[in-house]
Amino acid sequence: MDSLSFDLAATPLRDLNRFLHKEAVAQGVRQVTVLHPDGAHNIAVGLNAPVAVEIEGHAGYYAAGMLKLGEVTIHGNAGTGVAENMMSGKVHVKGFASVSAGASAHGGLLVVDGDTSLRCGISLKGGDIVVGGSVGSFSGFMAQAGRMVICGNAGDALGDSLYEAVIYVRGRIKSLGADARIEEMTESDYQAVGELLAAAGFSYDPHEFKRVASAKSLYHWNADANQEY
Amino acid sequence: MNDNEHILKHIAKEASAGYDRKIMDYIHNAATHGLYEIRGMGAKRALPNFDDLVLLGASLSRYPLEGYREKCATKTILGTRFASKPIELEIPITIAGMSFGALSANVKESLGRAATELGTSTTTGDGGMTAEERQSSKTLVYQCLPSRYGFNPDDVRRADAIEIVIGQGAKPGGGGMLLGQKISPRVAKMRTLPEGIDQRSACRHPDWTGPDDLVIKIQELREMTDWEKPIYIKVGATRTFHDVKLAVHAGADVIVVDGMQGGTAATQTCFIEHVGIPTLAALRQAVDALEDLNMKGKVQLIISGGVRTGADVAKALAMGADAVAIGQGVLYALGCNHDAYTLDGLVHSACNDYANLGTAAGFCHHCHTGRCPVGITTQDEQLAQRLMPDLGAKRLKNYLKTLNMELTTLARACGKQNVHHLEREDLAAMTIEAAAMARLPLAGTDWIPGF
Repeated sequence: MDSLSFDLAATPLRDLNRFLHKEAVAQGVRQVTVLHPDGAHNIAVGLNAPVAVEIEGHAGYYAAGMLKLGEVTIHGNAGTGVAENMMSGKVHVKGFASVSAGASAHGGLLVVDGDTSLRCGISLKGGDIVVGGSVGSFSGFMAQAGRMVICGNAGDALGDSLYEAVIYVRGRIKSLGADARIEEMTESDYQAVGELLAAAGFSYDPHEFKRVASAKSLYHWNADANQEY
Repeated sequence: MNDNEHILKHIAKEASAGYDRKIMDYIHNAATHGLYEIRGMGAKRALPNFDDLVLLGASLSRYPLEGYREKCATKTILGTRFASKPIELEIPITIAGMSFGALSANVKESLGRAATELGTSTTTGDGGMTAEERQSSKTLVYQCLPSRYGFNPDDVRRADAIEIVIGQGAKPGGGGMLLGQKISPRVAKMRTLPEGIDQRSACRHPDWTGPDDLVIKIQELREMTDWEKPIYIKVGATRTFHDVKLAVHAGADVIVVDGMQGGTAATQTCFIEHVGIPTLAALRQAVDALEDLNMKGKVQLIISGGVRTGADVAKALAMGADAVAIGQGVLYALGCNHDAYTLDGLVHSACNDYANLGTAAGFCHHCHTGRCPVGITTQDEQLAQRLMPDLGAKRLKNYLKTLNMELTTLARACGKQNVHHLEREDLAAMTIEAAAMARLPLAGTDWIPGF
């Protein structure tokens, strides 16, 4: 048996997650399809097995949260905190994502075909996020490491209090946050954007993107940066 | 000198109550630097505290237990509401969350060793879990903080309980600031940030914004750990009655309330001294909330913030806490503010090191500088050697053992075979303020201010 279906209309979420955590590997299951998710929260959280999870519909909060190993595809929209704190692997949202998509992700790749809401990539710690559409305000807030590629537009305060993470934006930026600035794209930036777009399945030209990074003026206590701490 | 000159001389030296030396220094400092003060430790101001309560030992109307012969149970179980693997502790005294980064690795190992020997728990802090503390701690509570520095699913699975930190007593509503001088290569790596830069911590979590979201966040943590581990929620003491109720509704197994006397590695003095309510008041409100929801005993309550002695522990339990958590007391036990340290078996004076910081033993609150003269709140490799894990563990074990002995002694004096049988009737207040905040009768009366 290498694939299995769980119908959340008939099976408790607990059974699905328990199976993914404790039984999938032992039973040699490599693909799990989740039917009728209907916005259920916490689908496939803490996945730590080489399993591809296909969610056939909309997911609620924290889908694929803290993913360590495996891949999760959501054939619909995702709620708050999709792929939050993921460590590795891949999460693909075919629709739109709500607030805090990819929050504090340490690794792996989050792809959202549509838009994401506020605070996408907040506290990012090393993962990569590619958004086919636009992102809401305060995206990349305090992002420490990792990359975000935004194919659409960005809302207010993009990259506020950025540390070492880099944000690439193709469309308009409503406003930059404290300490964020637009920088020249380098060859390595074009290459990085190209690779991420390819991994996400988008065909935009990397030369259409601009780079947003930290000006590093808040790296050390600064009395003149009133209200920016 | 005639009478007039004598009077004028006294008037000339009369201090202003509103602008005393302390407030003048504050104004001079602000005017010079344009910065607020950041410092470590907790509130310096005098606050109503457990010293303002007394225990009513048994005499004729109550029957005491024989102090040296009859046993008094101290076993404490936390997380019985939903978790399939609740925490079982031998004593109701736990070690509060303090980060690696704020503290040295040697200190974290000391905490783990002492706690394990005494059958209690330690707690991680902002920055993640170190191998040393996991290895040395039989029972380790893993904090999930707003910064999510170093937070990862492997450590969640390795933990014995998970504590979602919403706030600290020293700075409710505030974020953190670990100054660059404490960001060693190891700390930087754990936090995914460059070495030597100031590290800000957000004041709220990145992926939930209120109690309704928190319900789902808690379910996420339960789902990913297969509903095995207790989930704690820690709040800084402010509107404690309402916060505790919301924490219960969100699904907490255990609620940690950190009063205004709680410590910090580094935050603004204006927070430490001016935000929050004293532990005494917070504890009473927390217990009120649990009783109001009929959840007393079902959701356990840990109180922290200025718990220092066995008497404090006994009074906290009598007021309704299930356990206490200690941070600053633990640091003092390790040698914080001591005038000497032991290195290679020899005792060395730390007085010059304190002087170089512009302070002295007994007054130091320079945790934020990373130049701790006794090697506790530092990441400097040489300074950290001043507190070796074996000695630290021994001192801390002695301290916690003493607290537990005092606790059981006092409980027996009140006629209790179990420290958890201490009750509000065993207490009276020594001041009107304490009576009002703790809602206990003023000693020798049945008067509770406001009732």
